[in-house]
Amino acid sequence: MRAGYLPLGKRLTSVLEPFANSVVGRFVVSIFGALGITGRTGVISIPFFWLGIFFLIPFAFVLKISLSESILAIPPYSDLIEWGEEGLISLHLNFGNFLFLLEDDLYWFSYVNSAKIALISTFFCLLIGYPMAYGIARASPANRNILLMLIILPFWTSFLLRVYAWIGLLKNNGLFNNILMGLGIIDEPIVMMQTDFAVYLGIIYSYLPFMILPLYANLEKLDGTLLEAASDLGCKPIKAFFVVTLPLSIPGIVAGSMLVFIPAVGEFVIPALLGGPDTLMIGRVLWDEFFNNRDWPLASAVAIAMLLFLVVPIMFFQYFQNKQSEAS
Amino acid sequence: MYKKLLYTATALAFVTGADAQEEKVLNVYNWSDYIAEDTISNFESRTGIKVNYDVFDSNEILEAKLIAGSSGYDVVVPSAPFLERQIQAGVFAPLDKGKLSNYGNLDTGILERMAAHDPDNAHAVTYMWGTTGFGYNINKVADVMADAPVDSWDMILDPATAEKFAGCGITVLDAPTEVFGIVMAYLGKDPLSNERSDVEAFKEHMLKVRPFIKYFHSSQNINDLANGEVCVAMGWSGDMLIARDRAAEAGQGVEIDYVIPREGSVMWFDNLAIPADAPHPENAHLFIDYILEPEVAAAITNYVFYANANSASLPHVLDEVKNDPAIYPSDEVKANLFPDLADDHRFTRRLTRAWTAIKTGQ
Repeated sequence: MRAGYLPLGKRLTSVLEPFANSVVGRFVVSIFGALGITGRTGVISIPFFWLGIFFLIPFAFVLKISLSESILAIPPYSDLIEWGEEGLISLHLNFGNFLFLLEDDLYWFSYVNSAKIALISTFFCLLIGYPMAYGIARASPANRNILLMLIILPFWTSFLLRVYAWIGLLKNNGLFNNILMGLGIIDEPIVMMQTDFAVYLGIIYSYLPFMILPLYANLEKLDGTLLEAASDLGCKPIKAFFVVTLPLSIPGIVAGSMLVFIPAVGEFVIPALLGGPDTLMIGRVLWDEFFNNRDWPLASAVAIAMLLFLVVPIMFFQYFQNKQSEAS
Repeated sequence: MYKKLLYTATALAFVTGADAQEEKVLNVYNWSDYIAEDTISNFESRTGIKVNYDVFDSNEILEAKLIAGSSGYDVVVPSAPFLERQIQAGVFAPLDKGKLSNYGNLDTGILERMAAHDPDNAHAVTYMWGTTGFGYNINKVADVMADAPVDSWDMILDPATAEKFAGCGITVLDAPTEVFGIVMAYLGKDPLSNERSDVEAFKEHMLKVRPFIKYFHSSQNINDLANGEVCVAMGWSGDMLIARDRAAEAGQGVEIDYVIPREGSVMWFDNLAIPADAPHPENAHLFIDYILEPEVAAAITNYVFYANANSASLPHVLDEVKNDPAIYPSDEVKANLFPDLADDHRFTRRLTRAWTAIKTGQ
């Protein structure tokens, strides 16, 4: 092994050596050693630790609340475990909240409606985002940075303010209607606010960067010689796009679509501000359960059910994709 | 070395001593735009207590913090039905009325009404109160219907009338318990009903006017009414008065009036209360007693245009505020007002479900 090509673990060790030799360092190393954690597993454990603290533990809390009963107290749900006399421990699990979700078709309807809105928005994000990502990836390096900057720029303004700005554009005496009426194209304002159209517009606008960035990352790495080879072999550019570029960019399409679809399903703010009262999404139902009914257990059950509703199809999808890539 | 120890011990003694007397800090959580500009600074300079003043804009947000526990606030301002339920959940400590020297300034009529929410007025002092009615655009309504019943809930709840105003815009509060009481009063039923059959009747009636309602929202109506986007907006008195003033300031020819309909409506109360786990209960009592001073209460009313519950403050309230029937309604009108009482869990769930059905058709 040549010097300078040390594996990561060793390189880290050399950086950490002064620390490892200090008193505190030796103490830490001895503890980790006693626990059977070496430098390598230590490094890998950081993301798992992160996921554990910020995903698994909160998830466990929500799951716990979803299995309790709603009561009028602080906190507003019953304890799962009761410590009785003489060391008697009784466990109360209430599956009634999940059964209730099946009883009323409101929940099923709003899950499906949220998924529908998210799916259509994802499709349009892809339709608009793909050419943009492609254009940026093909631009000269100097322009590329400017274009990427423009994609990221809106994030410098609060998300909420940007959604509010759309109200100013879409309302009856807003910018769009005033321009159209000023030009004499329409006589009566077109009603755009409080419609599903406004919700789609808001979601597509807000999530477009999440589609463009992974697509760009993918398209930018595309090997240009493959397209040259296709052209040499007599393939027209349009056909080359469909047989070479598009199939190779599928991982980017999948990543971008997931990043748009998943948060869009649970979206609450955009339908609340731009949508009409009949735009029913699961975020609204969750809000009603939590704040109007003050039923934290049922609200938690709605959240857990949404997770299953989303995660199970995604896991299936990944499973089949892995199988496919193994096969080819 | 010994000297150092001695210093530390003395310092420690000071800290614990101050603690027994309570540190000079007070954490207040109030509605946004709901206090006079100098109320807090005057209290600080008089008492030397540093006030951390935070604001919220919905009872639900306040409630979520309170029932999660350890909110850290010393004085909060929930509306009556929320206060009522929170008292039952054990959120609040009873007031020590011996520490409130100005308690006698409170309006006995309001104390009586509030006792329905807070038995014996044990936990809270009413801060401001108001009504639920509707604001309407005088000119636009006259254009649509010359003899419009502008003193009645017919404007929103009678299908034939509401249909006429659908084009220029009707909005309803997204507050199911209040709208339920109002619809009950409109139908000549008991606004305090907890009957399942009444929820059905409520839903049935609302579905008749549903096609003519533009949206259900509790704050958007202020701007939309003021700039003429909507014609008739169910709303809380203070909000509708803000819309009236904004419309007048804009000078676009929009004129707004606020009505407490003759069929009766909700009288609501926002109340000062001290959480049971408040870190500074002594300072909280000092603050509430300060708010109960006639001059202080009047100054807030003159600034926010909401009626206070302080009889002794009336001589200090501006005439234009005192004589505005939208802010201080006559006793006759008051007789028709009913409270929005807290409901039990089962009724709440049923009503929320009916409300979703009304709004979404699902």
